[in-house]
Amino acid sequence: MSSRLVTEIAGLKLTNPTMLAAGILGLSGAFLRRVAEAGAGAVVTKSVGLKPRIGYPNPTVVQVDCGLLNAMGLPSPGIHSFGEEIKEAKKGGVPVVVSIYGFSPRDFAEAAKVAVEEGADALELNVSCPHVEKTGSEIGQSPRLVAKVVKEVKNKVDKPVFVKLTPNVADISLVAEAAAKAGADAVTAINTVRAMTINIETTQPVLANRIGGLSGPAIKPIAVRCVYEIHRRVEVPVVGCGGIARWQDAVEFMLSGASAVQVGTALAFEELDIFKSITEGIAAYLERMGFRSVKDIVGLSHQH
Amino acid sequence: MRIQEIREENPKVKTFVFHDKHCAEANSGQFVMVWIPRVDEVPMSLSSVSSNGFSSITVAEVGEATQTLHERKIGDVIGIRGPYGKGFVLTSGTVMIVGGGTGLVPLMPLAESLAKISAKISFLAGAKSRNELLFLDRIKKVVSKVDVTTEDGSQGAKGLVTDLAEQILKKEKFDMIYACGPEKMMLEMFLLAEQYNTPFQASLERYIRCGIGICGSCCMGEYRICKDGPVFSGGQLRKVKDEFGLFKREADGRKVSL
Repeated sequence: MSSRLVTEIAGLKLTNPTMLAAGILGLSGAFLRRVAEAGAGAVVTKSVGLKPRIGYPNPTVVQVDCGLLNAMGLPSPGIHSFGEEIKEAKKGGVPVVVSIYGFSPRDFAEAAKVAVEEGADALELNVSCPHVEKTGSEIGQSPRLVAKVVKEVKNKVDKPVFVKLTPNVADISLVAEAAAKAGADAVTAINTVRAMTINIETTQPVLANRIGGLSGPAIKPIAVRCVYEIHRRVEVPVVGCGGIARWQDAVEFMLSGASAVQVGTALAFEELDIFKSITEGIAAYLERMGFRSVKDIVGLSHQH
Repeated sequence: MRIQEIREENPKVKTFVFHDKHCAEANSGQFVMVWIPRVDEVPMSLSSVSSNGFSSITVAEVGEATQTLHERKIGDVIGIRGPYGKGFVLTSGTVMIVGGGTGLVPLMPLAESLAKISAKISFLAGAKSRNELLFLDRIKKVVSKVDVTTEDGSQGAKGLVTDLAEQILKKEKFDMIYACGPEKMMLEMFLLAEQYNTPFQASLERYIRCGIGICGSCCMGEYRICKDGPVFSGGQLRKVKDEFGLFKREADGRKVSL
């Protein structure tokens, strides 16, 4: 793999800037290992809370014209049953970021502590799930609450902490700033956009939870704008996420300010070699444009 | 999508016929996600695929979703998305097909496809008792030799379908064994295939949510049942020996014994 692709984010060394996004396939350690072996620079697990949680009944995922709509409802085996999966995932040889959710700052901190004890290389705090009450974006829409969660987690663990932000706010850069001031090592933008779809034959909402989150190509321009605004306001690195399916998407996110990118929804339509094709595409782009490192293009569009 | 026709296969199993251009191009062994409005969305193997656009699912009444589906009438609306996953790879040589209970569902279109290309098909159909047997008339239309087993002996040979398979494997050589049924039965068939050095394919079942390979609910080791499967080869199953036939994942993602 090209040395131009090597990067570092919040102290994590990545052989390339692609990561598996949270919520995608991250329940099985063996599968995460396979994603790592397929070429991802890092993997993020599915969000795990303190206790086991079943999630919502089906339909939990609906395909719409421009992407996917989901309301899984945060199914998770609970952090206390997740150690085996983290250990298996680590055999893939890339950093394993454990995504954490909680219903209070204390929940987050407690789950984070266990995750680190079980081998997590970093944590990503899910303060952005748009479809479960009393957590996710209900926390992530308040800069004050986000700061509280980050502080509590940082007090308990000494691994890098990423904060995954919701786009369902008036100004995402203010939330990013609150996270950074509270000690976050990086922010991930964005989680899904609140959305719904209705079946006209039966006149009813399709998702069992009615409202869910939209991902995929439809949200890419929203995500690029969010990354751009965050990069302009905060110093901490940004991880871009939202509709990335090709190397061109990845490069666009980096130009807007992302130090690394996460791939999620595209895996519904592509095979796992997508990580390889994106990294190869980025490497060829860097070479063609005369950049020696992928770090050199981060935020480059801000010059204009 | 409207239900075009309903057939009663046995006291607990009904076939629902619908018209869908995507399913008309499905491979045998692929599945669809069936939405029963207000209740649930569940994965179902296609029980028939035809070029005129009519496809079907064949469903046993086992839980809330399937009970509700059984109450549906011709003309009622159900949602169908798919077909998804990887189906069976066809073999032109001598093949053995082994099905248990509703595991016969994906094997039926497989047998119909194989009938056109295979040299010889040996079909073994098993069930707990005679009223749970499926598709015998349809199988006989395309396959010359059908062996039936029931656990209570009410039809065919008494015993497990895997026992009969073993007796046959002792005497005959096959180019491929296809299996679908309860996972313990498929594990047994996998071990027999390994023992008799025969290529193997089985269609597996898990709790499936998204159906398109992203949510991870149906993971078995490094595989997703919905996208890497539901049909797996013997070589793939060797890689998940710690889980296949032993564990499944609950809705919350925890592994539990089968």
